Amino acid sequence: MEQHKAHIIALLEKGKRHDGRDAMEYRPMSIELNPVHRANGSARVKIGNTEVIVGVKLDVDVPFPDTPEEGILMVNAELMPMANPDFEPGPPRPESIEISRVVDRGIRESGCIDFGKLCIKPKEKVWMVFVDIYPINDDGNLLDASAIAAVAALKNTVFPKYDEKEDMVLYKEHTKKKLELEFTPVLTTFGKVGGYLFADFDLLEQHSMDARLSLSSLPDGKIAAMQKGGTGTFTEEEVLNLVDLAIEKGKEVRKLLK
Amino acid sequence: MGKGKHAGAPDKLIVGGKRLDGRKFNELRPLTIKAGVIPNADGSCSLEMGETHIIVGVYGPREVFPRHMTLQDRAALECIYGMAAFSTSDRARPGPNRRSTEISKVITDALAPAIMLEKYPRTKIDVYIEVMNANAGTRTAAITAAAVALADAGIEMRDLVASVASGKVDDELVLDMFEPEDNFGSADIPLAMMPRKKEITLLQLDGELTKEEIKQLMEMSMKACEEIYEIQKAALKEKYRAGSESVEEETEDGTA
Repeated sequence: MEQHKAHIIALLEKGKRHDGRDAMEYRPMSIELNPVHRANGSARVKIGNTEVIVGVKLDVDVPFPDTPEEGILMVNAELMPMANPDFEPGPPRPESIEISRVVDRGIRESGCIDFGKLCIKPKEKVWMVFVDIYPINDDGNLLDASAIAAVAALKNTVFPKYDEKEDMVLYKEHTKKKLELEFTPVLTTFGKVGGYLFADFDLLEQHSMDARLSLSSLPDGKIAAMQKGGTGTFTEEEVLNLVDLAIEKGKEVRKLLK
Repeated sequence: MGKGKHAGAPDKLIVGGKRLDGRKFNELRPLTIKAGVIPNADGSCSLEMGETHIIVGVYGPREVFPRHMTLQDRAALECIYGMAAFSTSDRARPGPNRRSTEISKVITDALAPAIMLEKYPRTKIDVYIEVMNANAGTRTAAITAAAVALADAGIEMRDLVASVASGKVDDELVLDMFEPEDNFGSADIPLAMMPRKKEITLLQLDGELTKEEIKQLMEMSMKACEEIYEIQKAALKEKYRAGSESVEEETEDGTA
């Protein structure tokens, strides 16, 4: 890994990456909508060789006592051992819980879901939105792939029929009502190694880098969530620079999420 | 596996001699198999049988973990079957349960006879199976897909393993049940075999059948396994054909 790291730094000095990309260039990205028949909404996102499938399921349950008139969002990432030889079967590890929570905050804190609209009967019945993240192949930057797939799946989620009398969700009967997102938050994650910043790291770069910063940007140019990871550090100037870059990259990705 | 009539059960599963999805009694659902879909894995496969969708990743032979699984004379084989949370009508809680643990075990037992485990002592072969969309027949589809992924990993094998279920629906014997037939039919036999010598490696039964019915269902499934076998082999050939074509293209570009 040390040799890889030295090589990656030497290339970044010349503004290059080991796969020929520029420092702030993403790998080719594709979004496939609704690949999972049983989900109420789903998306498959590929960024280079990184592939993630996200499915959304809607259910009806009792609201939390402190938010009696609001629906509930639950985000969960399963780092399946098929996706990376370093992932092991078993209960979620800190890495998968961090992905769940960063994706969750990028959506929740942006306010793109109007949770009040998910209320069926105050204090008694609200819609629960489950977002389940399944990486198929991890070639780095699972955070961005997961967040983009989650937003794409949510934007294409259709409510199943709810039988209020029987208190049952009829999953076989689809309505035409969509889970509207008010706008589209986009998570962009940057890596840092040897003082150089770059976007959309692959697995080799991910293993070599010192730190990363994820930012969830909104169409109005605001940032709704951030997460710093790794043992390295950022300066104030670097963070502010990445805020600008996140807003710029967010615009590009938002075009794919139409 | 409901036996009697349940709420939501269709009145009839066979109407005018035809199944609800229009298939003949001995007809498989459309089956597509693709090998080599996970670049990180040593071998992999994506399989769709009707609406049932399975992804399999194989890692190994590699270091044994946990170490107490080490076998001195052969490789340890572990298959783990799981269902994605969004793969079923009601959300499935992620993580193993009693059903998935039993299925993982019978899948391991169904694949082991085909793998030359004795060639890889003191190693482990991990087979990770995830159901992305469930519409009946997931364990049999998982076996069919896992066999392709193992071969794709270059692991030495005696044969592939092909698998399908058949059963009794409205007093008719039918192949490869889809969901309403699986839920409201009266009997269900999942079967797997190594087609070359017709050796059966998985056999289960849920429901009541006569000896004659068992014979007919086994024969129907075994015949279908030979059809599946051809699609498995074609998927493996396709991967390597596709691979060699792209190499040719590159050399053409290089010399042009």
